[in-house]
Amino acid sequence: MNPSSINILAACVLALFGVAIYGLLVTRNLIKIMIVLQILVKAAVLGLVVAGKMNGQINLSQSIAVTVIVADTVVVIVGLALAIQARQVIGTLDADALSKFRED
Amino acid sequence: MLFALLSASAIFSAIQAIRSKRLIEAAIYLAGVSTMVALIFYLLGAHEVAVIELSVGAGLVTVLFVFAISLAGDEPISFLPNFPKPLAFIFALIPVTIIGLQLFSLTGVSMPFIESSFNEILWQERGPDVLVQVVLIFCGVLGMLGILSTTDVSTKKKSGLPIANPPNSAKSIDHIEAKENQ
Repeated sequence: MNPSSINILAACVLALFGVAIYGLLVTRNLIKIMIVLQILVKAAVLGLVVAGKMNGQINLSQSIAVTVIVADTVVVIVGLALAIQARQVIGTLDADALSKFRED
Repeated sequence: MLFALLSASAIFSAIQAIRSKRLIEAAIYLAGVSTMVALIFYLLGAHEVAVIELSVGAGLVTVLFVFAISLAGDEPISFLPNFPKPLAFIFALIPVTIIGLQLFSLTGVSMPFIESSFNEILWQERGPDVLVQVVLIFCGVLGMLGILSTTDVSTKKKSGLPIANPPNSAKSIDHIEAKENQ
């Protein structure tokens, strides 16, 4: 694998990471936050696999990536369950409404 | 060239997922990101992770999002962000610059030993990881129960019964069931 491909993939990891950080800062919808979190974790998993390819340890990086994907899926399930419960109790998916609800 | 095309598609889908006003569009663009990342994995030689990413990331997670959006309602997103967008852009740029400077200064290091196969690493060398995955999947099942428990109440709401308390509380469900029995 030539170095230019590795550089392209490293740039892709950085871009996905940056887009996800920006999205986390500007998003207030609870379900949208979970979507943005997914993009962030995909950047991390892609970075893991690219690093494994660089070091010649692609199988080790695959093993860790599988664990990250499973953990990420569980995070999404629990986060969506919380979002739906919040929607039914508060009536909105706004993350700021949760803190106001606690003050009330 | 192929890597550049796939990377550009993944980044475009990620940007569209954040920019889109409707949640269902964002979920579909997220599936697009997953598909592009899975294709990159396959081209890198990580075939097992590519299959898992495609089936879990683009399949299961998208179905979960569509199900959750249909339960919570796909209302257009009209919340104003807490952060001004230029400030958020600057805050996002800082960690990207720091990681990028470290990442591009790295060079590939070839390891002296022969690497084991994927199955040996996953089931023997990293056995505790598999145990953690089992615990996480159990937590995921409990989380799914959290999602599915709301559908029971919503069907009861559709039947016209009044719900005075918050709809997801156990007390209100008991109240509805007592009324139904009468």
